[in-house]
Amino acid sequence: MHKLLNDQPGEKIMLLGNEAIARGAIEGGVAFSTTYPGTPSSEISLNLFQMSQESDLYFEYSTNEKVALEVAAAAANSGLRTFCMMKHVGLNVAADPLMTLAYVGVTAGMVILTADDPAMFSSQNEQDNRYYAKFGNLPMLEPSTVAEAKEMAKYAFELSERLLQPVLLRTTTRINHSNAYVTFGDITPRKTKGKFIREPSRCVTVPAVSRQLHVKVLEKMAAAKTISETSDFNRIQGSGKFGIIANGVSYPYAQDAIKDLGIEDQAKLLSVGFSNPLPEQQIKAFLAGCDKVLVIEEGEAFMEEAVKAFAQEAGIMIPINGKSDTLFSRLYEYDPAMVREKMAAYFGIAYTPTEKLSTDNIPELPMRPPNLCSGCSHRATFYEVQQAAKGMDIICPNDIGCYTLGFMPPLSTGDFVICMGSSVSTSCGFSKATDQKVISFIGDSTFFHSGMTGLVNAVFNHHNFTLVILENDITAMTGHQPHPGVDMERFGLKGYGRVNIEQVVKALGVEHVSVIKPFKVKKSIETIKEALAFQGVSVIISQEPCMLYAKSLKLLTKRVFKVTDKCKDHRDCINTIACPSFYIEDDKVKIDADTCAGCALCAQICPENAITPLKK
Amino acid sequence: METTRLIIVAVGGQGNLLASKVLGEAALISDVPVRMSEIHGMAQRGGVVESAIVFGDATSSIISDGEADILLGFEPSETLRAINRCSKKTRVITNTATLPPFTVSIGKGVYPAVETVKDLLKEKCASLVAIDAMKLAKEAGSPMSVNIVLLGALVQSGGLGFTKEAMLEAIKRRTKASFLDMNLNAFEMGYTAAKEYNS
Repeated sequence: MHKLLNDQPGEKIMLLGNEAIARGAIEGGVAFSTTYPGTPSSEISLNLFQMSQESDLYFEYSTNEKVALEVAAAAANSGLRTFCMMKHVGLNVAADPLMTLAYVGVTAGMVILTADDPAMFSSQNEQDNRYYAKFGNLPMLEPSTVAEAKEMAKYAFELSERLLQPVLLRTTTRINHSNAYVTFGDITPRKTKGKFIREPSRCVTVPAVSRQLHVKVLEKMAAAKTISETSDFNRIQGSGKFGIIANGVSYPYAQDAIKDLGIEDQAKLLSVGFSNPLPEQQIKAFLAGCDKVLVIEEGEAFMEEAVKAFAQEAGIMIPINGKSDTLFSRLYEYDPAMVREKMAAYFGIAYTPTEKLSTDNIPELPMRPPNLCSGCSHRATFYEVQQAAKGMDIICPNDIGCYTLGFMPPLSTGDFVICMGSSVSTSCGFSKATDQKVISFIGDSTFFHSGMTGLVNAVFNHHNFTLVILENDITAMTGHQPHPGVDMERFGLKGYGRVNIEQVVKALGVEHVSVIKPFKVKKSIETIKEALAFQGVSVIISQEPCMLYAKSLKLLTKRVFKVTDKCKDHRDCINTIACPSFYIEDDKVKIDADTCAGCALCAQICPENAITPLKK
Repeated sequence: METTRLIIVAVGGQGNLLASKVLGEAALISDVPVRMSEIHGMAQRGGVVESAIVFGDATSSIISDGEADILLGFEPSETLRAINRCSKKTRVITNTATLPPFTVSIGKGVYPAVETVKDLLKEKCASLVAIDAMKLAKEAGSPMSVNIVLLGALVQSGGLGFTKEAMLEAIKRRTKASFLDMNLNAFEMGYTAAKEYNS
């Protein structure tokens, strides 16, 4: 049995934050769940996917976040407790249904999770999604610890059902990817079959209906505020004239700082976990007893601005600060020492930070940046495109996935990346705005997510570029999730359809479509040259399974290569493809037999044919 | 309870996330509060993998620069790169077996001499245990057990608030049964090597 389906309340187990959230949803009686994977949220859905295979929980990997939210919205309006999870930028994709679903509401508990990524460990921006709760009129909960994340996930379903409004559960990477002990609670039984009851005056959002719905949304948020005022997730500890208000992971940092600075008898700390609507009366009462208040929150001044407005209304004239040049930043994530230091400075507490070690005599260390894996087919495709396009002035819009790493030297392929699917649509723009040759790249999962609409635009508006679709049979970057082009029997699962990318591309009206096997170098380069010469939209589909995925399925017959004495040290291998299996020993290029995946790309480009299979 | 802050740095694939889970289990067995934080995602594509483990009463699950009580490095250049996480009170345990990054092969960086790494760590921090954990792991039966060898050295160095026995029990619970004998052997080898290094 999956460890998160354990029905032994009271049992204590070490869980990753994302596992704790999945467990919280199970305890909350979730019956229906949808997602598009994205770090740092991916392990929540992975666990639900696994649990759905051994229970009556419904789970699906949807094609993108907008689809995931709409699928979920229907279930939540058919009376099923529903969970839809995504990374922060995914909520941008889902923002269209989000804003109006908030008008329509739900008939059973619905939780939407946004996993924000302060400091951008694996994201293209660090937007603060708390504003979506305010913008869309959604009650919001923000856990400050792993254990609380489980409790909030469970409670969020109840809260949503009480208000008949979707609830936003907002995490940050340091919650998703922290481990701590969690105590299992009771599992609410799942109701897995619902019924939709026709209610056009709520569910058909023509203007006359929506005008009424907006009134109801505001009423729901007023009711939510009443609940927030007395919520256990908004709690005050300690007493004193120094007021500190913190949310999320800033709360444990503040707790530790108060203790480390020895100001337990001077400081009171308000931890805000139910953060939209904020508990206005509770905050006003909190401010009334303070001389000075510090607001600690990563990201934007979401709480700080509200707290200042509350103070103004209550006629409270004390200093309230958070974000400033000398206090906290809107950039990146915070840490315990930073919070301790800023808190000491703000309240005038004597504090000597830990003495920094001198690093003067530390030699400059070689960087260890992330790299495409040994045997990654993307490396071959990027190399071949560069060879085929030699001498051309090219622009290479790229997209979101492992292959984003193609921008790094020596492959240096990837000139413009903003969001999922943008490779295709920005190619349309670049090809019209310039006379440069545009060659763009998109992964298979990303193509299904949001690349297809851009391609239809390209065909309709008769743009001129070449799109390379990197079909590696899996969503690789986020940990090998399926997508609509995947053979689900490889997962041991039956009853799924499968969408063929080549057929889709042809059906969208692309006239020049070719398929390459990227580990056949010469042939691939020839095919790419033909596609580049085509006037109009041409698509190249580069087909080769993700090497890591193939390895995990035991589909890889490993044939390790070595560098023989024929090597004349041109180093074309190292200098043009930069596979991490190469290393230099005694000034000679060698191949690490433990990591070589046997793709034979280097063997095909060596001018001396000096790289050959290592015979056992 | 005193707070002990441990940072583990490793290269993707060296097994530091499993090592963290074993430490967490040992803490549970010993009733020591523990919180851990790890970096996933793009950092795993051949980059550096870092875990922060906080034992004791503090509530934070990450560790600020200069505030690690113990630094456990699975690769010597990565141990040295993490020197900003240390103070002069930090105890350092490092593997001496190198895994030079690809940037060295393409001439974009120079790998430091391991003796220099050791000298610098010894000079700046409170103490150093430096062992060839890869060699010991191979002797124990597989290079994959390098993480368990290093856990042996870590536990020998003390300061975690739990016993060797708790750690052995955690290894039994958290690692694959088919590798148990090898792992217990690897743990002992790391433990003994650290003891000999100090004497």
